[in-house]
Amino acid sequence: MSQFLSRLRSVKPVYYYAGLMALILLLPLAIDDYLTSVAVVAGLYIMLGLSLNVVVGYAGLFHIGHAAFYGIGCYTAAILNLRFDIPMFALMPIGALVAGLIGLALSRPILSLRGDYLCIATIAFGEIFRMTVRNDIFRLTGGPNGIGGFDRPKLFGFVFNQPTHFYYLVLAFVLLTIFIVIRLEHSRLGRAWMYVREDELAAEAMGIDTTRVKVIAFVFGAAWAGLAGVLFASRYLIAAPESFTLMESVIMFCIVVLGGVGSIPGVVVGTMGMVLIPEAFRAAWNWRDGLIGLAMALMMILRPAGLLPSRQAKLEIQEAEAPPLAAGATAGGD
Amino acid sequence: MALLDVRGMTKRFGGLVAVLNLDFDVNKGEILSMIGPNGAGKTTVFNMITGIYKPTTGTIQFNGHKLVGLRPHRVTELGIGRTFQTIRLFPALTSSQNVMAGLHCRTRAGFFGAIFRPPSQRKEEAHINSETEKLLRLMGLYDYRDELARNLPYGFQRRLEIARALATQPRLLTLDEPAAGLNEEESLELMQTIRQIRDSGITIFLIEHDMRVVMGISDRIVVLDNGQKIAEGTAAEIQGNPHVIEAYLGKETE
Repeated sequence: MSQFLSRLRSVKPVYYYAGLMALILLLPLAIDDYLTSVAVVAGLYIMLGLSLNVVVGYAGLFHIGHAAFYGIGCYTAAILNLRFDIPMFALMPIGALVAGLIGLALSRPILSLRGDYLCIATIAFGEIFRMTVRNDIFRLTGGPNGIGGFDRPKLFGFVFNQPTHFYYLVLAFVLLTIFIVIRLEHSRLGRAWMYVREDELAAEAMGIDTTRVKVIAFVFGAAWAGLAGVLFASRYLIAAPESFTLMESVIMFCIVVLGGVGSIPGVVVGTMGMVLIPEAFRAAWNWRDGLIGLAMALMMILRPAGLLPSRQAKLEIQEAEAPPLAAGATAGGD
Repeated sequence: MALLDVRGMTKRFGGLVAVLNLDFDVNKGEILSMIGPNGAGKTTVFNMITGIYKPTTGTIQFNGHKLVGLRPHRVTELGIGRTFQTIRLFPALTSSQNVMAGLHCRTRAGFFGAIFRPPSQRKEEAHINSETEKLLRLMGLYDYRDELARNLPYGFQRRLEIARALATQPRLLTLDEPAAGLNEEESLELMQTIRQIRDSGITIFLIEHDMRVVMGISDRIVVLDNGQKIAEGTAAEIQGNPHVIEAYLGKETE
């Protein structure tokens, strides 16, 4: 047995990833349409989780308004497609742009707020968005039932209208998201987020424009959620306020925090927990909110860094919980 | 030639006057020390120069720029590097990562550089790595480059903070009590290091209580008491000054 395990361990990680990729690519052949749709939902939440991870996990900003940007992307696609017949694929960058710009406009006033107050401001923004679209603003967004009836995405004549099509479309975007997020993490910008997160004053004193760096994280998160929103619109063909509630933002936040702050596998695990398990146990659906609350409380006590945190997050949580004694205990005195 | 020129600097916190009408300058290439009892306002002066506080009144000129009203990162960009009285390293990051923080303001790659990694970005990253190695070796910390800052012995943490400040490529290095907590041998090493830094072309402005260090390396000394300058001059002049002795130095050695 131990021989077998040690042989397992000596297999290069590349082969595991290749095997995993093969499984993921072939999955729709093995499962029915319903499960494929669930996988599409999971894919969208992974995109949302990874983009929120940049804001919360990398830059360290307390953000519970992510669903609003998801909704902005969705409604932008819905309105522009219905009114101007702009095709869905073209609306993907447009939806991201609109969400990003609104994120930029919002960031300037609120990013100077401290932790908890920033959180309240993001919650407020989310609610403002939801109420605004619910009230059929400018007669554009429909009422509580939202708007519908827009087109499927079309690429070179091929129409995406089966769950399997969306599975591969969303998968492509998930892979793109992972690529971008990894590149961001290991860069000058990713380091700057790290410094701001660790000690904002020291980072500022070392010459880092902390405001600008936080804005970039926030705007990227908003734009990427907007992109996911366009995908949502193209899949469900409906844009309605109740899809973008505060609870949705909370779920996205939980995906990041419970799954593992700052880590990509963590977000994937968090999404599985938040989306797939409730799907698999439909009977427990009514208890979902309560169970999420319970899970959060337990996690904060037992594993505050989440299930699969990045190594960095683990180190920082240790730091926060047991502040070091004056390190001058060594190096002898006079 | 004055690199840093402070005129009429006053800081009030509500009813408390921390610094009153302070005039002094720091000449290019010198080592200037600011001494005085605890609570005299020395760190407040530092914080005003580096942009963390805004003076209530007064002007600060540095290398032809007005500093009052600038954000701290802008002051650092203009060429003032600093260390903190209580060490403010990034504790859960390695020595290398700490030093790299200082290089941020001297490099440029942004969001798109991170994603597309054009040749300019790759070159810049290589430069960051080589500069970091150079600075770590300079401060004798290369062997600890992958060690977390919080695990370093105290004296090494002080050195790391200086390495990080040097990474910002300052013209003026402001050190806030760099000898605090150091033993005799480490203090001598520190003096050597400060002299080396000055010889490399960087002007030094420090706050210090350790009189061995102050008298040993300073070209000039400014003495603060209760937020006001009470004396200014060379080490010999200061040591003989009766006001300074009464307010601070006392009759015996520390």
